[in-house]
Amino acid sequence: MSRHFVIVGAGEAGARAAMGLREQGFDGDVTLVGGETHLPYERPPLSKDGMVAEVFAAKTIATAERLAEAGVAFRGGVQVAGIDRASKRLAMGDGGALPYDKLLLATGASPRRLAGVEGERIVYLRTIEDAQRLRGVLGAGRHIAIIGGGFIGLELAASARARGAEVTLIEALPRLLSRGVPEAIAGRIAARHLAGGVRLVFGDAIAGIESGAGSATVTLASGMRVEADLVLIGIGAVPNVGLAEAAGLSIDNGIAVDGQLATGDADIFAAGDCASFPLAIYGGRRVRLESWRNAQDHGNLAAHNMLGAGEVGASVPWFWSDQYELTLQIAGLADEGAVTVERELAEGSILFHLSADGRLVAASGIGVGNAVAKDIRLAEMLIGRGARPDLAALGDPGVRLKGLLAA
Amino acid sequence: MADWVEACGTDDVEEEDVIRFDHAGRVFAIYRSPDDEYFATDGLCTHEHVSLADGLVMDEIIECPKHNGRFNYKTGEAKGAPVCVNLRTYRVKVEGGAVFVEV
Repeated sequence: MSRHFVIVGAGEAGARAAMGLREQGFDGDVTLVGGETHLPYERPPLSKDGMVAEVFAAKTIATAERLAEAGVAFRGGVQVAGIDRASKRLAMGDGGALPYDKLLLATGASPRRLAGVEGERIVYLRTIEDAQRLRGVLGAGRHIAIIGGGFIGLELAASARARGAEVTLIEALPRLLSRGVPEAIAGRIAARHLAGGVRLVFGDAIAGIESGAGSATVTLASGMRVEADLVLIGIGAVPNVGLAEAAGLSIDNGIAVDGQLATGDADIFAAGDCASFPLAIYGGRRVRLESWRNAQDHGNLAAHNMLGAGEVGASVPWFWSDQYELTLQIAGLADEGAVTVERELAEGSILFHLSADGRLVAASGIGVGNAVAKDIRLAEMLIGRGARPDLAALGDPGVRLKGLLAA
Repeated sequence: MADWVEACGTDDVEEEDVIRFDHAGRVFAIYRSPDDEYFATDGLCTHEHVSLADGLVMDEIIECPKHNGRFNYKTGEAKGAPVCVNLRTYRVKVEGGAVFVEV
C-alpha cells in the first residue's frame, strides 16, 4: 500500500515541504491541509507591496496546476481537530478522518492578542483578509494608530505613509525592534520613519483602547490620547501549538523538535514558525524563528527527514525587512555578539557581531535597496563556517568579503 | 538579425561578479566568471523582478539578493525554490576591451 504523508499547514513551510517531498522522489501520497481557503500564498508582501500596490493580488506559492502536477492533494479551508497518535489518524474539523504514515505540523503562528481589546476598528495582520481590510482604510485623510514597533508595525507604517495616511506608532519600550536588531540600526530606522512623517511614541503603555463605530481612541498610561480610524496591533506572534499540545507532544516556546525537526514521536515533525529547535551554530541554543527563510529551510529539511535522511539543520538564521527605500537584512542572531565592527558602504552599512573569542556570529545591514545584500550573504556563509575574520578587514570596505571566505 | 550592443568595459566587472546593464528599457545582468569569461542574462529575477546585479556570484551561480533564488548564469537555469522560471541568456562577445551583448 502506498504511504501517505500529511502536512498540516499550507503556509511557506508546509507548501515547501510538500514540493520538497516530490523533489526528493517520494512517490507515495501527499496531502497538504490548509486552515485558510486560499491556495498557499506568500505572506511577506502583505505588509509591503500588498498594501501599496494599486491592485491587490496575493502571490501564490503554488498554483492549483502546479500542486496537481506534483501530485499534492490540497485541502483548503479545513481545520484539524485532533491527532490520534496511536492509530496515526487526524480527526478533521469537517468530521472525517485522515490517516498518515508521517505527519508534518507546519501550523504557523498567530498574532499575539492585546487582552481585553476588541472591536471592529481593531485589526491584526496575518492573512489576505486582514490585509484587504487594512488596505480599505489606508489613504489620504485617514489616521491609523499602530501598537508595537516591530517589523509588522514598521512595515505597515511605511506602507500607510506611502498611501498618504497619517500614522502614530506606539512602542512600549524605549526603542524600536528591541528583539534582534542592534540599537544603532533601530535608531536609523526610527529616524527614517520620523523623516517620513510618522509620529513615534516610545516608552508608553496602552491604558485602554475604545473601538467605536467610526473611529477608535487609544489612551496611553501617560494620559495621551490618539484618535484613529483604525488601530493595528503588531505585538508579536504566538506559535500555534494547540494541536501538538493536545496530542501530548512536548512544547517549549513552540513545538519542540530536535535538529532534524522530529518531535518525540518518530512519525511527527514540525517546521516553520510553530517549531522551536536547537541551532547548532550557537551550541544548540533553542530558538523559534518567525521568518520566511526559516520556513523555506525547515520545509526542505522536514521533507528530507520525513524520508529518513537523518539530516541535521545547519542554516544560519536570516531575515529581511523593507521600509521606504531601505532594506534591512540580518544574518545570524545579533544578541550572540560581544564585539561589533562597522563597515560603511556607499549606500548602506553593516554591523558585524563577533563573539568574545573572535568568531563571527551575526551581521546586521541596512541600506538603500539591496545595497547590503551581497555582503550579508557572504557574512552568512562566514558565520556558517565558524570563521574568525580579522576585525580590520571586516571594517574596511576596500577588503572584499569574498576573499575572507577563501581564507 | 544579430544586434550587438556595447554593455561595459571588460574591467567594469570584477572577477566572479556581476553588474547591471540597462538598454532600451530592458535590464540585463553581465557576469564575469572566475576563469574570465563573460555572460549575460535578463537582469531581473523571475520571482519578484529584483535586480540580480545586487546579488552574489559564486562559481556558476547568481543568487537573487532578496530571497536567494539561484540561477546558473551560464545557462539561465533556475536552481530551485523560490524560483522556478529560468532566466533568458544572451550571447556575449569581447572586443577591444569591451563586452558586447546580443540583445
